[in-house]
Amino acid sequence: MRSLTEMRRSRWAPMVPAIVALIAVALFPVFRDPLDSFLGDSIQALALVVMALGLNIVVGFAGLLDLGYVAFYAFGALTTGWWASDFFSAVNGEKGIHVGASEFAAQLPGIHFNFLLIVIGAILITALAGMVIGLPTLRLRGDYIAIVTLAFGEIVGRFAQNGDELTLIGDYKFSNGRQSISPIDQINLPFVGEFDQATNLRPYFWMGLALVLVVLFVNFRLRDSRLGRAWIALREDEVAAASMGVPLVKTKLMAYAVGAAFGGISGAFLGAFLNSVNANQFQFGFSIFVLAMVILGGLGSIWGVVIGAVLLSFVNTRFLSQLDQGIGNDVLNALGLDFTFNEVKFGVFGFILVLVMVLRPEGLLPERRRKLELTEGVGTGSESVYEARA
Amino acid sequence: MRPDETTDAATERDGGDAGGTDLLAAREISKIFGGLVAVDDVDFAIAPRSIVSIIGPNGAGKTTFFNMLTGLYKPTLGRITFDGRDITGQRPDRITSLGVARTFQNIRLFGTMSAVENVMVGQHARMKAGIFGAILRTPAVRREESRVREHAREMLDYVGLQSSVFDQIAANLSYGDQRRVEIARAIASEPALLLLDEPTAGMNPNESARLTEFMVKLRDERGLSILLIEHDMKVVMGVSEQITVLDHGQKIAEGKPQEIRENERVVEAYLGKAAGD
Repeated sequence: MRSLTEMRRSRWAPMVPAIVALIAVALFPVFRDPLDSFLGDSIQALALVVMALGLNIVVGFAGLLDLGYVAFYAFGALTTGWWASDFFSAVNGEKGIHVGASEFAAQLPGIHFNFLLIVIGAILITALAGMVIGLPTLRLRGDYIAIVTLAFGEIVGRFAQNGDELTLIGDYKFSNGRQSISPIDQINLPFVGEFDQATNLRPYFWMGLALVLVVLFVNFRLRDSRLGRAWIALREDEVAAASMGVPLVKTKLMAYAVGAAFGGISGAFLGAFLNSVNANQFQFGFSIFVLAMVILGGLGSIWGVVIGAVLLSFVNTRFLSQLDQGIGNDVLNALGLDFTFNEVKFGVFGFILVLVMVLRPEGLLPERRRKLELTEGVGTGSESVYEARA
Repeated sequence: MRPDETTDAATERDGGDAGGTDLLAAREISKIFGGLVAVDDVDFAIAPRSIVSIIGPNGAGKTTFFNMLTGLYKPTLGRITFDGRDITGQRPDRITSLGVARTFQNIRLFGTMSAVENVMVGQHARMKAGIFGAILRTPAVRREESRVREHAREMLDYVGLQSSVFDQIAANLSYGDQRRVEIARAIASEPALLLLDEPTAGMNPNESARLTEFMVKLRDERGLSILLIEHDMKVVMGVSEQITVLDHGQKIAEGKPQEIRENERVVEAYLGKAAGD
């Protein structure tokens, strides 16, 4: 009997700090005002954690440098725009299509789906988009993958910008371009009811936290699986991995699809939370922003990436504007510089990246393997199977 | 899987092969890189449960030939069949799952993975877990994971690795141990044919002799065929049932060790004066 309790204690002991931290985070909104701006920033941080965890699968696990991650944010957010607003107001004879929508939304024209359906739709759409972007990069390596994915991100961004001129099926537009698709339906969950952003942000926080937990769970499970081992083998030595029976095409596409799906989940959530979807959100800088989170935290390290995403997200939403209101503005004025830190924030992120590269290239909380690679020069395969097969 | 089970499986495979014809056969294969003919019109066959070697001077096209058999290169001309199936130009992972495994001339382990994890990757083609199974970790996936992990440890034990280094990162293992892990990773994929590319490179005579014994053991216990590229003539002559000699991409001789030893063209092209004496 006693050994049983000891066993249980030893098994759960390493989890205790994580559980305590989780409870603290989950209770935190209760102690803030329901419309607290810091709470709003925290919700964005949670959404960005989901994004960064997705990009970490592609870049950190499988070693495929993806610079077009913003495309999946775009597709996720657009899914929400399409399916949770009056954007397609002409649909069904202006009566609208409603599936699991709230009482309020059910009276509006346009398509109104339940948020869970939207998330599932966003996962499917972005996973497909991820595979589409993956296909042309299959024969490429390193920098060349980065170039192709970067172009893909730009293409999707341009489509979103010009989407108001782009009619796909009948008279239905692709997006509203630089005008927002707005307002978006409030998230409406079965058994929980409809959220209301105007009076209470707490449910959005808990929703974001729930998404982070789900994505974390999936990340850990995948990392310690057949697929996760195949990703790492691929990253280490593509030729050897293929010769050991790892199918390159399938394994790479899987990494793109899973990574993209996380971006889609987060995009769908951000679309609802920001209550608007417009093309200005889908800039190249966003891809770099998410990549910077992954690198700052530690490529391939799940907890590292969470920390990196939270840190950079708050630097973006709070630190820079506070710096501008406080001492930073005085410093810039004294130097005779006519800009604010917020205006050059991508420069600031770039600077942070450079600092990380110089001071701690393995990231804040490095993955065991990656650390080894950087400190001991482990890891071989720079040759591609397709180069070899040419 | 226990060794005897593998043997049964291999026997079955042979039995189905209409009276023990060739396990692998290459017909008139050539590989041309730009203007260079690396492999020129080579015919080659391996019988089940045999150990054969390919020898030849540096640059003779041995590794290129290997790479065509394992799917890394596509032959410019010719056909390759394995176990009665045409595998010409198939993807490397397909060929592995059909039952061909290999090691590399310069060891190519996954440096940051542990020895056990390396061997687990070797079993990739023998596993079924898909993405949803992995996320949900269904009982079947859980069983498969522990079976594969157990099998990996057995394989490492079989090749003679100390169990104390099973969970060490591959890059930190000694050279000899890395060679062992690479062989374990290859045989973990349950091949019928094992290709070894200069496995004794960098070994002392004692270690080479042990590896030679191990190859015979692999054939006898696990029913494998082994194709060997090797420079150490003591190993080649000691273990091979048949030797093929390549020079400038062409097959210049083929036969039993004794015949090769006495073949004038071979002596001229490769073995040199010392061996002729």
